[in-house]
Amino acid sequence: MKEILSKITKDYLYRLVKEGKRVDGRNMFEYRDIEIKAGEIEPAEGSARVRLGDTDVYVGTKMDVGEPFPDTPESGVLTTSAELIPMASPEYESGPPGEDATELARVVDRGVREGEVVDTSELCIEEGEKVWILFIDIHVLDYDGNLFDAAGIGVMAALMDTVVPASKFDDAKKEEDYPLPIDHVVVPATFTKIKDQILLDSQLEEEKIADARLTVSLNENDEIVAMQKGLRGVFDYESTKECIKKAKDICSETREKVIEEVGRENI
Amino acid sequence: MGSNKDIELIEDGKRMDGREFDELREITIKAGVLKRADGSAYLEWGKNKIMAAVYGPREMHPRHAQETRKAVVRARYNMAAFSVPDRKRPGPDRRSIEISKLVSEALEKVVFTEKYPRSVIDVFIEVLQASAGTRCGGLTAASVALADAGIPMSDLVASCASGKIEGQVVLDLGKNEDNYGQADVPVGYIPRSDDICLLQMDGNLTEEEYEEAMDMAIEACKEIHGIQREALRERYSTELKDENEKDLAEGV
Repeated sequence: MKEILSKITKDYLYRLVKEGKRVDGRNMFEYRDIEIKAGEIEPAEGSARVRLGDTDVYVGTKMDVGEPFPDTPESGVLTTSAELIPMASPEYESGPPGEDATELARVVDRGVREGEVVDTSELCIEEGEKVWILFIDIHVLDYDGNLFDAAGIGVMAALMDTVVPASKFDDAKKEEDYPLPIDHVVVPATFTKIKDQILLDSQLEEEKIADARLTVSLNENDEIVAMQKGLRGVFDYESTKECIKKAKDICSETREKVIEEVGRENI
Repeated sequence: MGSNKDIELIEDGKRMDGREFDELREITIKAGVLKRADGSAYLEWGKNKIMAAVYGPREMHPRHAQETRKAVVRARYNMAAFSVPDRKRPGPDRRSIEISKLVSEALEKVVFTEKYPRSVIDVFIEVLQASAGTRCGGLTAASVALADAGIPMSDLVASCASGKIEGQVVLDLGKNEDNYGQADVPVGYIPRSDDICLLQMDGNLTEEEYEEAMDMAIEACKEIHGIQREALRERYSTELKDENEKDLAEGV
């Protein structure tokens, strides 16, 4: 079921944008309140709950021992999946992941993979035979806009919270559990474009009238590790550059929040 | 039920987590926790963490599932992949399909479905962390979420399991007790009409033990019913209070 915004709401939103204002009074490049809570889920190897305003996302990681891919016999395997369960919005339906869930999972996955967040060579147990498989599951409970950032932040926090359960597996070659080796801290910043205005962290109504979306994931050295333009609209080249410039400050602030919550230092 | 004789479940007349035989794990319920849903409730029961949300009454899809004279209560029980020690593959399996059906039926009993013909009331139960008794926790939370959504109901369904460990009938099985115990009896109970709206049992019980288990579970459901009502009272009395204060400030 697709939700429809009334014309009057749309007009109101467009007018606000034209005046350089937002529904909730934020600045254009200001996040809603970010609340990160790591380690709430005990059976998970690592977990985080992120609340971005009223958007509410859980991320959990699980690990298992399995076979590596034939082309990367020395690397652990990383898989990210997202579920947009019908609890989170009247628009979502049960069933296998659709386009939106798949895009969400892949954008977040790209940040982690290309950003080399996890040192996957450390996840090799026996070359070509046995490696750690790391499952990242994104579970959206309340959708009020900008799932990309909520999920991306959640995944980073959950990974930093993850402990490799070596003691539970006889074939893990290590007897003690140890923290997942993390090389980089990658977080996303997602911009949306409404008419000619670009804004950060759109809430639901803003997202509904957005023409285009741009997610930029940066590591702690301000290097871009993943990007994705979404929706039907376009960005011009200049505004993509502007987004990246803005993302540097924004991401470093988010990164600090994640590190503060998870409290891991060796990075 | 498992039969691992090496696992000790009772020591010095108490259970391994220190509970008495007829003692519940700690239960907390919070109503109205999600923004998008029409009604919601978050429940922690021992180590279980469960969210329930309600949407509706709304148009029934698919059309052929509509009932011309009443609304359909459609519950969906789902476990998060990370909710259990071994990752659960996302999506419905036979167990969750069965639980969804039983919970739907149990809830339908208390909802005045005749008020909303051709529509559906969707109830979503998400288990975020599982530690035995999730169907009872889900049903308990779902009742509160329905009430939070303003759905007319005759009562709240309270649910709790009892069972048997080492030959002793006990209330509210914990994880090991569930895995290595001898019987498990989940019960859904409607206090006002004194009706049982959910009942399952697996394992091995004599008639006397069954009665003992049921008495225990029903007693516990009454206690849980109190916690459910308290959660709703807390949710709505504060809002009323705020409004009163606002009225006072404005001199109404």
